[in-house]
Amino acid sequence: MQGIIKQRPPSLPSPALPDLRNLGSILRILLAVNGAALLVALAREPRLTALASEWAALTGFVEPHLFAELAVLWFAQPWLARVSFRGGVAIITAITCVISVGVDALFPRMTGEAAGSLARHLAFALVTQFMLIGYFRLRARALSPAITEARLQALQARIRPHFLFNSITAILSLVRSEPRRAEAALEDMADLFRVLMRDNRELAPLADEVELCRQYLELEQLRLGDRLAIDWNIKSMPGDALVPPLVLQPLLENAVYHGIEPSIERGVLSINIFLSRDEVHAILRNPYIANGARHHVGNKMALDNIRERLALHFDAEASLESRATRDSYEVHIRMPYRRQKPATAGNDASTSSRHERSRDHGTQKRREPRLPALLPGTPVTRSLRIEPWLNHRSAS
Amino acid sequence: MAESPLRVLIVDDEAPARHRLRELLDDCAGVLPISIIGEAQHGREALDILHSASADLVLTDIHMPGMDGIELARHLLKLSRPPVVIFTTAFHEHALAAFEVNAVDYLVKPVRVQRLLSALQKLPRLKPMTVEKLTQLPASARRFLSVTDRSRVVLVPVDEVIYLKAELKYITIRTAQREHLLEESLTRLEQEFGARFVRVHRNCLVARDFIRGFERRANNDGDAHWEVLLHGIEESLPVSRRQQYIVREIGREVMNGAAA
Repeated sequence: MQGIIKQRPPSLPSPALPDLRNLGSILRILLAVNGAALLVALAREPRLTALASEWAALTGFVEPHLFAELAVLWFAQPWLARVSFRGGVAIITAITCVISVGVDALFPRMTGEAAGSLARHLAFALVTQFMLIGYFRLRARALSPAITEARLQALQARIRPHFLFNSITAILSLVRSEPRRAEAALEDMADLFRVLMRDNRELAPLADEVELCRQYLELEQLRLGDRLAIDWNIKSMPGDALVPPLVLQPLLENAVYHGIEPSIERGVLSINIFLSRDEVHAILRNPYIANGARHHVGNKMALDNIRERLALHFDAEASLESRATRDSYEVHIRMPYRRQKPATAGNDASTSSRHERSRDHGTQKRREPRLPALLPGTPVTRSLRIEPWLNHRSAS
Repeated sequence: MAESPLRVLIVDDEAPARHRLRELLDDCAGVLPISIIGEAQHGREALDILHSASADLVLTDIHMPGMDGIELARHLLKLSRPPVVIFTTAFHEHALAAFEVNAVDYLVKPVRVQRLLSALQKLPRLKPMTVEKLTQLPASARRFLSVTDRSRVVLVPVDEVIYLKAELKYITIRTAQREHLLEESLTRLEQEFGARFVRVHRNCLVARDFIRGFERRANNDGDAHWEVLLHGIEESLPVSRRQQYIVREIGREVMNGAAA
């Protein structure tokens, strides 16, 4: 009963504070602060020749503040992730003030004539800090519609209607002669569509994604028979790694569509998933069949879609590369190894999976009631969201 | 209704889809005598079957590896008694608009038995398919050219064709092994296979892949003209004055190809 009553929030708790452990966020902060220092140097030093030394001097005493702040924020991240936006800003402001005062006190020499007073440092630090928070808030706002869209996009870009109707035909062909196989196939199909139609904005365990891929490939094998051979290499796969849902299935669908279907001969689709240096790697390979340009447009769309979702969740820590050789096509996905541990959950809530939530009521209560007014509207928006997919497809 | 049964050939690359059509045809058999003469996985296999058996109706999928349904329908027209073709397809693509416009029959998968039955029942009234209709359909270029040889359809793979030359009523297809005669228009062939062939003369298309080089030859009247030298055959073909620019264009490609 739980599942029926429990509705997920229509939008995630506002992810206004960045994940301060994310490489991408850290890089952005480093660039912004040093860029700001360059601006100050430009303002203070009119001669271009002396600019470099001015900038070096400035960064010389900005950097200790910056690194200290980043280090403190790194440790504070899990805690910051749980407080409200205002609370988070207040905490960060306090941290900034303490560090400014602290560094000035610890390294008094640096506060010599060139550096100016503590008040100036504080002003510089706070202005930079608020501008950065503003920037990250804007960025999160700009991206959150994209997160909302991600599921819809996943639907639109993926599951070719051809697959749906051919699968139904295949199942119909089993109903009379092999009713049990027909039942299993319908169950696979139900699971597949359940995942496709649900809210897929949050990370989910890799094991779930692989299970979905298995069900999908079962259906394809029903249709294609011996033409589709699958080589699974997932023994050392970290099943608990959190990944964006539908990160692999669309790629397999492409692999079947481009690599298996156009050929009469048997083709092998190989799936390699492993953990290496705290990174999850997934390598998918299929036979490469040179075929008209039409095919490659669809493939590029799928890759772009997944790349975008990887960026939304992991920023610079994930990548997707594809390459075609003479007779094979390969996609390589690299993602950070994140696990379901509430303590390390990023504040954009994407790191807490649905599974964790359904088990952990505490977490759920803490997060969901933020937008209570919107909850009753959820089922409506949900059905509306499915429709455009059907329209979109029949129109194209 | 003591007619001879309707002979049907099923063509689909997916075994379950063929199986399903067979079941549905069996269901129709109570109303209409039907005999299924065979099942093929793709167009070429269908043509092979039709070498030894004849069919009144071919139910074919559109998207198939090897040879798709639309190409199959074109080759079937070369048979002395072409069967009626009804396409089956999994999805209402906009492509099907072209089918509607040209009154080409199709069934949407999953196929409903009533729909299949009504298609079978109106079969005797159907007008035969024409090349014009088929060329209106959004199809990719054919993989084979087909010629009739003693009432059999012979397929010539397009990648084996060295040149196509228009002569009076026919077009000569030259492969490394032999020549065939084809009844089609050179302009249409050029449109269909534009990327593969290059026009060297008003009446001649040459496959780019088979061009070995060019040679300057003297005419009887003292002028000179270019000749295309070809891989696989001794013959060479004259390049018309109007098409002379291709000598430079392709000559460069050939040289680069040789260098690489």
